[in-house]
Amino acid sequence: MVSTTHEDSTTGPATGTATAAAAVDRAKAEGRAALVAYLPVGYPDVRTSIEAAKAAVDGGADVVELGLPYSDPTMDGVTIQRAVDAALAGGTRPADVLRAVEGVAATGAAVLVMTYWPPVDRYGVDRFARDLASAGGAGLITPDLIPDEAGAWIGASDAQDLERVFLVAPSSTDARLALTAERSRGFVYAASLMGITGARATVGAGARQLVERTRAAGAERVCVGLGVSTPEQATEVAGYADGVIVGSAFVSRLLDTDDTASGVRAVGRLAAELSAGIRSA
Amino acid sequence: MTAYDEPTVDVPAGEVPVSFGPTPLAGERGPYFGAFGGRFVPEALVAALDEIDAAHRSAMSDPAFVEELAELHRTYSGRPSIITEVPRFAAHAGGARILLKREDLNHTGSHKINNVLGQALLTKRMGKKRVIAETGAGQHGVATATAAALMGLECVVYMGEEDTRRQALNVARMRLLGATVVPVTAGSRTLKDAVNEAFRDWVASVDTTHYVFGTVAGPHPFPVLVRDYQRIIGVEAREQVQQLIGRLPDAVCACVGGGSNAIGIFHAFLEDADVRLFGFEAGGDGVETGRHASSITGGSPGVFQGARSFVLQDEDGQTVESHSISAGLDYPGVGPEHSWLGDSGRATYRPVTDSEAMDAFKLLCRTEGIIPAIESAHALHGALGVARELGPDAVVLVNLSGRGDKDVDTAARWFDLVSDEDLVASEVERVSDAPEDTEGSGW
Repeated sequence: MVSTTHEDSTTGPATGTATAAAAVDRAKAEGRAALVAYLPVGYPDVRTSIEAAKAAVDGGADVVELGLPYSDPTMDGVTIQRAVDAALAGGTRPADVLRAVEGVAATGAAVLVMTYWPPVDRYGVDRFARDLASAGGAGLITPDLIPDEAGAWIGASDAQDLERVFLVAPSSTDARLALTAERSRGFVYAASLMGITGARATVGAGARQLVERTRAAGAERVCVGLGVSTPEQATEVAGYADGVIVGSAFVSRLLDTDDTASGVRAVGRLAAELSAGIRSA
Repeated sequence: MTAYDEPTVDVPAGEVPVSFGPTPLAGERGPYFGAFGGRFVPEALVAALDEIDAAHRSAMSDPAFVEELAELHRTYSGRPSIITEVPRFAAHAGGARILLKREDLNHTGSHKINNVLGQALLTKRMGKKRVIAETGAGQHGVATATAAALMGLECVVYMGEEDTRRQALNVARMRLLGATVVPVTAGSRTLKDAVNEAFRDWVASVDTTHYVFGTVAGPHPFPVLVRDYQRIIGVEAREQVQQLIGRLPDAVCACVGGGSNAIGIFHAFLEDADVRLFGFEAGGDGVETGRHASSITGGSPGVFQGARSFVLQDEDGQTVESHSISAGLDYPGVGPEHSWLGDSGRATYRPVTDSEAMDAFKLLCRTEGIIPAIESAHALHGALGVARELGPDAVVLVNLSGRGDKDVDTAARWFDLVSDEDLVASEVERVSDAPEDTEGSGW
């Protein structure tokens, strides 16, 4: 029932594209949650961000979320804002993101692009879907595109056989959870708390309940993100979710050093620690 | 049929999405205005936006709410605002008559109070105790701080650090009123970044907090909500002009940043096909220089801060920084209803440069003894042009959206009215007063 790759299709993605759904299912078959690692493309530069993402995969990340830098990241806290501002100042463009997708997908990991909607809207939804599929990307995570506004993206992602990860939040009504579950492909991203990205002392108390509600609304796979940064938190979340999404903690590893090689190594180490935490759940 | 085929969801950028249908123009209530509008927001905010939408609809049909707001208008902000004919100013436009709708005479000095009183009442109706707001020039922040003080609400205002320097006086006013002013150091440190920061606050505080959005932009229902509270400007003006001249004006002029004062005065005239509507955007150094804030004239359709509308963006969809001498118009986006009115041709939008606006600013000061807000001076310049085009029999109504007290410093520099020595002294003072302290208490 679970297929690890997309079916071949003349208009679809390159054959052999790894999907997030398959990665989560594979982890589940091993009796654990999946580790999803976020890194923005272009910080500190495009090449290093690709290396860092590969290091995360080597460390144990099952899915990589590559961030497309955007000038007005309203869902992000200061850590990711700093990295993204620097990536934009360094001239990072959508073509760089597609190049990074290609590079990281070559490792065999499932690669999603995390993007605010304006850049995709500007690029052209159909064109972006086509180019993402050709680069070997699995799909998109869209933090400011709700399923009710996603008509164009739903059409384009269906045509290209791409995954579309929408978010749910503790404030989502049951009706909205059902709508989101129905229109998502791959997994549903459950925001652990009401707030923006960034490390926090504790994971939102409502996260477990949200995962349960989202499953009850029909979601097959539910991964939890926002405020998850330590192995202990990863262990906790892995106890009830299908995947653990970590972003700012990875970005911090790159922000906290001037030496790109040691930053990349630190990303790999964090992935290994988180992965161990998940396996101990 | 997939959702992809639903016409309200996606219309190719730049194409005219709709003809005017059977609904009257003025009946459009969103979430879409033609191809513009919608809700491009995190899921976390959807429940709150739905709650606001429902509360607003129920409030508008509740006679007690409507009367409470009307009473505040009468006894607190000073409505109805008057109409002033300005013949000495109009003499520079070839003989047409020019009438000003005096929103500058409202309590707190601009049209912003109309929206804020409505939203503050709505906040209480929803049982929330805290309000947040973004502000550029500080007028919306001052109005929000005022309404919060009046109604006993906690108030936090986000303001770009750059703007807190340009408008230090308004920072002090907000703090006097008990608000906490948070200088925003992200991005370009101007209005758009203040909006981003307010959204970041709101997504974490939405249970207890209402976001008093300042203009007719942002996600649905804000464009409709703010318009509903501002449309009193045009409702009054339409009646007043008819009483004064026995007919409707030939044209209505307003400045457009986000566009709330313009929608406010346009809306009552939308069905009057013979009344031409003109919105004047901030042209900065000139649209052709790239240094401007003219979203409709010099931008393109895109998604920005929660809605599809015209926006200043680069080829990758990254927001381009706007430029204007007027902090209140210095915004790279515009409300979706304006994009719709512009795209469909019902309203005409034109840019007015910094120096054109400042010329009109000075002219109104010298001919009529009225110091306008620099924002409103854009509409004044535009109105002179419209009056010349329409000829000596025309009557042109202009929304004088705010007073210029806050702009005296900017104008003094522009017109070289103070010595270099004075400027240095005032600069030193401004820097030392700069808003490092983010607390509202202890003033």
